[in-house]
Amino acid sequence: MRHVIPNQPHVLLIEDELPIRRFLRAALAASYRLSEAETGADGLRLAAQQPPDVIILDLGLPDLDGIEVTRRLREWSVTPIIVLSARGQDLDKVAALDAGADDYLTKPFSMTELQARIRVALRRRAIADAPAAQIQIGALAVDLVGRQVSVAGQEIHLTPIEYGLLSALARHCGRVVTHQQLLREVWGPGYAEETQYLRVYVGQLRRKIEADAARPRYLLTEPGVGYRLASE
Amino acid sequence: MSLPNTDDHILARFKADTRRAPRGRLKVFFGAVAGVGKTYTMLQEGHVRRAEGVDVVVGYVEPHGRVATESLLDGLEALPTIEVEHRGVALREFDLDAALLRKPELILVDELAHSNAPGTRHPKRWQDVEELLAAGIDVYTTVNVQHVESLNDVVAQITGVIVRETVPDSVIELADEIKLVDTSPEDLLRRLGEGKIYGLAQAERATQNFFRKGNLIALRELALRRIAERVDAEMENYRRDNAITDTWPTTVRMLVGVSSGEEGGRLVRAARRMASGLRASWIVAYVETPSELRRAPAEREQAIQTLRLAESLGAETVTLSGQNVEDELVSYAQTRNITKIVVGKTEAPRWRTALFSSVTERLLRRSGVVDIYVLSGDYGDTEPSASPLLTPTSAPSAYLWAVGQIVLCTAVALALAPYLAEANLIMLYLLGVVAVAIRAGRGPSVLAVIGSVLAFDFFLVPPQFTFAVSDTQYLLTFGVMLLVGLVVSSLTVQLRQQADSARGRERRTAALYTLSRELASIRDIGGLLQASVRQLAETFDSQITILLPIGGGRVQPWGQVADWSDQLPDPRVIYAPDTADQGVAQWVFEHREPAGIGTNTLPAAKALYLPLNAAQQTIGVLGVRPKESRELLDPDRRRLLDAFASQTAVAIERAQLAGQAEQSRVSAETERTRAALLSSVSHDLRTPLTVITGAAGALRDGWQTMDAATRVGLLDTAANEAERLNRLVTNLLEMTKLESGALTVRKEWQPLDEPVGAALTRLQASGQRVMVDIPADLPPVPIDGVLIEQAVFNLLDNALRYSQDPSPVDLRARRTGGAIEVSVLDRGQGIAPGDEGRIFDKFYRGAQTDRDGSGLGLAICRGIIAAHGGKIWAERRDGGGTAVRFVLPL
Repeated sequence: MRHVIPNQPHVLLIEDELPIRRFLRAALAASYRLSEAETGADGLRLAAQQPPDVIILDLGLPDLDGIEVTRRLREWSVTPIIVLSARGQDLDKVAALDAGADDYLTKPFSMTELQARIRVALRRRAIADAPAAQIQIGALAVDLVGRQVSVAGQEIHLTPIEYGLLSALARHCGRVVTHQQLLREVWGPGYAEETQYLRVYVGQLRRKIEADAARPRYLLTEPGVGYRLASE
Repeated sequence: MSLPNTDDHILARFKADTRRAPRGRLKVFFGAVAGVGKTYTMLQEGHVRRAEGVDVVVGYVEPHGRVATESLLDGLEALPTIEVEHRGVALREFDLDAALLRKPELILVDELAHSNAPGTRHPKRWQDVEELLAAGIDVYTTVNVQHVESLNDVVAQITGVIVRETVPDSVIELADEIKLVDTSPEDLLRRLGEGKIYGLAQAERATQNFFRKGNLIALRELALRRIAERVDAEMENYRRDNAITDTWPTTVRMLVGVSSGEEGGRLVRAARRMASGLRASWIVAYVETPSELRRAPAEREQAIQTLRLAESLGAETVTLSGQNVEDELVSYAQTRNITKIVVGKTEAPRWRTALFSSVTERLLRRSGVVDIYVLSGDYGDTEPSASPLLTPTSAPSAYLWAVGQIVLCTAVALALAPYLAEANLIMLYLLGVVAVAIRAGRGPSVLAVIGSVLAFDFFLVPPQFTFAVSDTQYLLTFGVMLLVGLVVSSLTVQLRQQADSARGRERRTAALYTLSRELASIRDIGGLLQASVRQLAETFDSQITILLPIGGGRVQPWGQVADWSDQLPDPRVIYAPDTADQGVAQWVFEHREPAGIGTNTLPAAKALYLPLNAAQQTIGVLGVRPKESRELLDPDRRRLLDAFASQTAVAIERAQLAGQAEQSRVSAETERTRAALLSSVSHDLRTPLTVITGAAGALRDGWQTMDAATRVGLLDTAANEAERLNRLVTNLLEMTKLESGALTVRKEWQPLDEPVGAALTRLQASGQRVMVDIPADLPPVPIDGVLIEQAVFNLLDNALRYSQDPSPVDLRARRTGGAIEVSVLDRGQGIAPGDEGRIFDKFYRGAQTDRDGSGLGLAICRGIIAAHGGKIWAERRDGGGTAVRFVLPL
């Protein structure tokens, strides 16, 4: 008989492989209330019956495509979704993120990583109503209200586009943001394919905020997917 | 008791013989003249064989209305004949295709020498019989002595009747059995008189012409001698077969010189008889001398016919070219170690033999140790007849040019007349004559000689501007001038023709050489075919087609006209054979023998078809459609064509074999890779699995007894092994993706910092040792970020693992021309010399074996860089360590 604490965050796990469900259950049951679904359809039903705080979704499900599940969830829910993908599913990963997933993990992943991603997702849910005005990561400080950026107390001068880029990443702090999302948010809907713009500005931004641009500490590259602003 | 034994032995040998030879056996019923009872005897034997249970069919029998013969046809199955319409007359012919379809064990076909009606497959019945034999059907047939090729003219001399229908001696000699059907002349004449052979009215005429008693006796003797010769030869064969020791006379070689002219045929036949009497091999040579070249085309055709006849009689033929016949014959005899030269007897007027020596005399003077035989028959020592001299062969422009030369010479002579003596002016004219002879040929040069004499007389000899001559001495001048002019022009023209002929020969040799050299350098079949088609078309002034097998034993023209046109200088050098010609090509492919123009098979075809026979099989069929069909009849040209065909065939076969060898090499390579993969999979996958299973099992069973530190140790081990397993599986998947071609490179322009940064992030703590040096002004590179990140990660991971902790690993990027060069440098042990290339091979691990390496990391790097159009290599780093560099094009 498991001891359930009512105010524990509710995590919905949609995954068809029993061994993976079993070890996730073992790792997560201590700190979260866990519901499990074996198929996409089951997952959608459970999510509607008992709205969870975070959804962990496997991309390779027997009935529905993980991307399709994400799309259907996003029709009525804003619950953070963390996608689990096998290596080599780069395009699926990006498609899931563009369909509204919040983050992804590549199998095999370590439990530490999963725990961190769940924490980021829960935090985002907590601040969704009142967006943080001030973000502090290590020495980097971003003041979203005063539109000011400083590293180790030293104010950094950014062009409007550079600032737009950094603030977009800061609003999704700790989560991966795809190239397309960034381009749409900063440049506008017509620029979704112009990834080279993005790369040039990310390079410039890194030279301004990173101590070593080749070994970034804050602005991380997710190869083939997008960028992530480190959360801690 | 020994007798049955011997019989058994012979029977066994006979059985072995028949088993070994799938070819049918030929039995010839041989007789002196018509009416001796050949057909009758043949049919009688047919009945005997049928009674023995053999499947006997009558293919064709000409009964001539003879009652006794017709009665014998009863009780034997007869094939229907086909009717062929020729010039309004319906001719009954043997149906070869029906016979091949029926495929009896034994077929009876009368009259081997018969000529088939035009439009049937072969011109001669003996060729039909050859095909039946080749199909494994036994054949009985009949032949009269007058139809034997080499005896043909002897018979004509005896009887005065020229027989057109002949059978090559080789066909009869190759017969497995010959049965002489003999009747005494008296008996024959009696039967003729009784109307048993022809109708009575016809018999009357026959008795007066062919069937005279003297003729019959002579023909009977010929037939009996022929059979006796064969019996003799059979006995010798028997002696040889049974290893009876006997010294054989050294082979005698005979050289027969022929010239153009109708008598060549008689000489060749006589030589054939002589050669078979001497058991000599014989060569028939035609010497192309300048005087031969002057003969009319029809006469030269005759020489070609003579050579073809000689070939059909079993001789080797050769065309020589030289200034005179005797020198060429003697020197050729020396090169071929020939001991006897045979020429025809010259019949020339007495005054000529008194004035000029004949070929025979000159030959005798030079022959040395070689014996010279002079046979009756004609050797063309006569000068060519006058007709070709008067037939203008040079173009009208050449005559105009000759006139121009005379005008020029006259103009120069008139200008110089005041300063030069007349004798020197004549020299000017001679110079003009030589120029015309060199350039324009015989007719124009004769015109130039006569024109020169007339112009000299008219313009330069006083009184000027009349043909009248004041001093009679000038008549001598004119005469000498005319004579010298004619001799000079004649010699010059001869020289020119000689040179032309030599050049032609040279060209052919050069063409063959060019072809073989060109073919040697080409590997693919398409290229080979194109090269040989081009060469063939140029050399033979013909259109070419090549037919290749398409399976099921059928051949089809290779390529479409449109496919060729961009590779060939002129698409007109090939042609598409029509349906009839494709049928001919099919026949050639099946029988591996030439057919079409200039052959004995289907000569009505529009082209000559040659099988492309290689060492092991027939590769295809070559079709040659000449602009002028006579071109291909010249045996020399035919031999050159044969050489071309066999060169092409051998080259194609070589290409095919090379392709097969390459294929088996590739499959062996694949096999080797698979074996390496299997061993890698079994070792590298099972080791971590063993560790994980072991650790998990130990934890489950011994949880209670273990202390915490042991548990954590086991868990760490399991986690590490799992990580290693993950790396290996990832690499294997990457490699599979690279090799299967499933990998798509999505290039985007991006700074190199991005993938490098991502790789460093993935390396985490161990990446601290990496010193990155990427210039800020390095332009963006068109790369697939995910793949390059993987490559950089693999290289850095490798460098870190093969070098000790404090020593740094350098990553440098530089722009070099139109490319970016990235180097990963370490201070490890370095690669063993000679390993620089091999470390990029799959599953190859350097000398310092690392348990963690899968042997795939660098192979994946190479695949990724190659997919980007770049290059990767390794070298020993100055001062120790390894440098791995790759370049990516901008």
